Amino acid sequence: MKHQRLLAFAIGAAAALSVQAELTFAPNETAQQKGLKIAQAVDQRDEGWGDWSADAEMVLKNRHGQESRRLMRMEALEQESDGDKRIIVFREPRDVKGTAFLVFTKKVGNDDQWLYLPALKRVKRISSSNKSGPFVGSEFAYEDLSSQEVEKYTYRFLREEELAGQNCYVIERVPVDKKSGYTKQIAWFDTSEYRNLKTEYYDRKGELLKTFVAHGYQSYGKNYWRADRFEMINSQTGKSTALIWENYVFTKGLNDRDFDKNRLKRAR
Amino acid sequence: MSDFRLSIGLTRLFCICFVAASTTVHGQEEIEVPGIWDEWDVSGFLEAEVRGFLDSPKYARQRGTTGLSLALEPEFFREWSDGQWAFEMTPFGRYDGVDSERSHVDLREFYFHRVSDQWELRFGVSKVFWGVTESQHLVDVINQTDLVENLDMEDKLGQPMINVSWVTDSAGVFDFFYLPYFRERTFPGAKGRLRWDPTVDVDAPVYESSLEEWHPDVALRWSNTFGDLDLGLGFFRGTSRDPLFTPQVAPGREPVLRPVYNLMSQLGLDAQWTRDAWLLKFEGIYRDGRGQHYGALVSGFEYSLYGILNTSADLGLLAEYHYDSRTDEALTPFNRDVFAGVRLALNDTQDTALLAGGVFDHNTAASSVRFEFERRLGDKYFVSLEGQWFANVVERDLTSFFSDDSFVQLALRRYF
Repeated sequence: MKHQRLLAFAIGAAAALSVQAELTFAPNETAQQKGLKIAQAVDQRDEGWGDWSADAEMVLKNRHGQESRRLMRMEALEQESDGDKRIIVFREPRDVKGTAFLVFTKKVGNDDQWLYLPALKRVKRISSSNKSGPFVGSEFAYEDLSSQEVEKYTYRFLREEELAGQNCYVIERVPVDKKSGYTKQIAWFDTSEYRNLKTEYYDRKGELLKTFVAHGYQSYGKNYWRADRFEMINSQTGKSTALIWENYVFTKGLNDRDFDKNRLKRAR
Repeated sequence: MSDFRLSIGLTRLFCICFVAASTTVHGQEEIEVPGIWDEWDVSGFLEAEVRGFLDSPKYARQRGTTGLSLALEPEFFREWSDGQWAFEMTPFGRYDGVDSERSHVDLREFYFHRVSDQWELRFGVSKVFWGVTESQHLVDVINQTDLVENLDMEDKLGQPMINVSWVTDSAGVFDFFYLPYFRERTFPGAKGRLRWDPTVDVDAPVYESSLEEWHPDVALRWSNTFGDLDLGLGFFRGTSRDPLFTPQVAPGREPVLRPVYNLMSQLGLDAQWTRDAWLLKFEGIYRDGRGQHYGALVSGFEYSLYGILNTSADLGLLAEYHYDSRTDEALTPFNRDVFAGVRLALNDTQDTALLAGGVFDHNTAASSVRFEFERRLGDKYFVSLEGQWFANVVERDLTSFFSDDSFVQLALRRYF
């Protein structure tokens, strides 16, 4: 018994080590090559989670500090060959209770997206080309919350610097999709665990639009890092949105049947 | 004068109900006593609605130009075994200050649900939606329309059913329905507006089947997604949800229209192709019943303009064409009609939205224009304003009965 536990620990440690090996760059690598290498490392570091579910609370704040809240449940299923499948079910505000989204995210091109309207019991396929629009009136755009696939951007390594006491890679990423609301993003990933600590979003005029900061990273499942709290602050309007994550459960054994149109109708 | 007094009385009643709803919620927050409701998810709304008509009534016995109405729809939900079993009950009730036929209660949902890997079973009263288009729901045949609720025909009565859903890995979803009991359509009474003349006598329906409302109906549906295409094929055999009418004149009594519910078979196809900001939609049916063999279709598009005028607002443009092979004798306002509309969503924190559209009959030039505005107030209140205008109505068009019934309606909901 003791041996088994020790063995499991050793395998776990080895697995963790294999992905946590520090990135090395050849002297002749371009900033683009280095940027892509970091993005791939970030992506690989978060592979293999299988499925997760969590409760999310969104607090929308306007310039005058007035708050408005949304409560939702999110579930995700990892796909080997494409972006993950997701379900988002609203609990509050009460008038949209039971409204749910089913999203099949794509590495390339538009996601497949269905909306369930509980009052009509209607499942409606909806357009997903509205990348830059606000998600439920918040400061998060659809593209900010969609799955972050390597293929969605081109990259450039900028520098290494310390942020909140952690050494970070700072990379610039330019969205491939012309419908993106951004000309570029500057993202900070810590060099030890590749966690996204901060991102700056620049609008179509090239000016700073929003700043994203993630707080309170915790390790779940087989060492997957998830933040307790996201903050998105719009520096042009003074509005902000906090996204607070609770009850993360990893590898519950969800499957494709938990992410189909029938499920959408009974998601709560 | 008496109308005015009635309004005051109803306003008072409405206030009492709202206060009652508020205190109940407060009570739940303050006192946490473990009880039998802990496992239940209870929600719903209470609604107060005021309707104002622009013209005085056209027909004798119709009352007034304003009306106040209250509705309540609580929902009780519970699940067991990690969601493998579920139960839902949603009763609905409306009190209407003018039309006693509009005052009604219904059981919208009352069912058990069992889910396993590839099968789902639903047993009880429930609601099912089929279709893709916006201005008319041709292929949607399972539930009866609760017409007194809204002319848009989107409110439905609960339908008793046994529904088995078979979810295959890649061949789509197959649904089987056994519908043991038929629900009659609701119609406004003599005092109500937005009615036909003579009125429909809902107490004297005529059935083709000798089993009357107990004729067992069956339905099948297959649906699947192929990339950008969502496809559905449905079949229904049973009592038609759409009545025909037969006039009845008896000495000493007011003439009435008796609703006639015939048996029919319907084959329906619905398809939607979704690409970028475009949704292309099609619904078509073929119906075969006593004295009626006909086809009908509705087809059109929805195109979205995102972030218009450098704001977060989205503007959707919609157009749909209606065709019915029965031409003008069809008991539908949609026989050679065009629908065009816009949907504006501000995408603000209060989900402000506006939908406006019109249906134009290009044979008779009859038209009807409708708008719906809605917005959340705070976290728990929801307000909607809607209105409909009937213009150029001609005698042979179905909407001619509503020529003086253009209206505006304001509703306030308190969700709990």
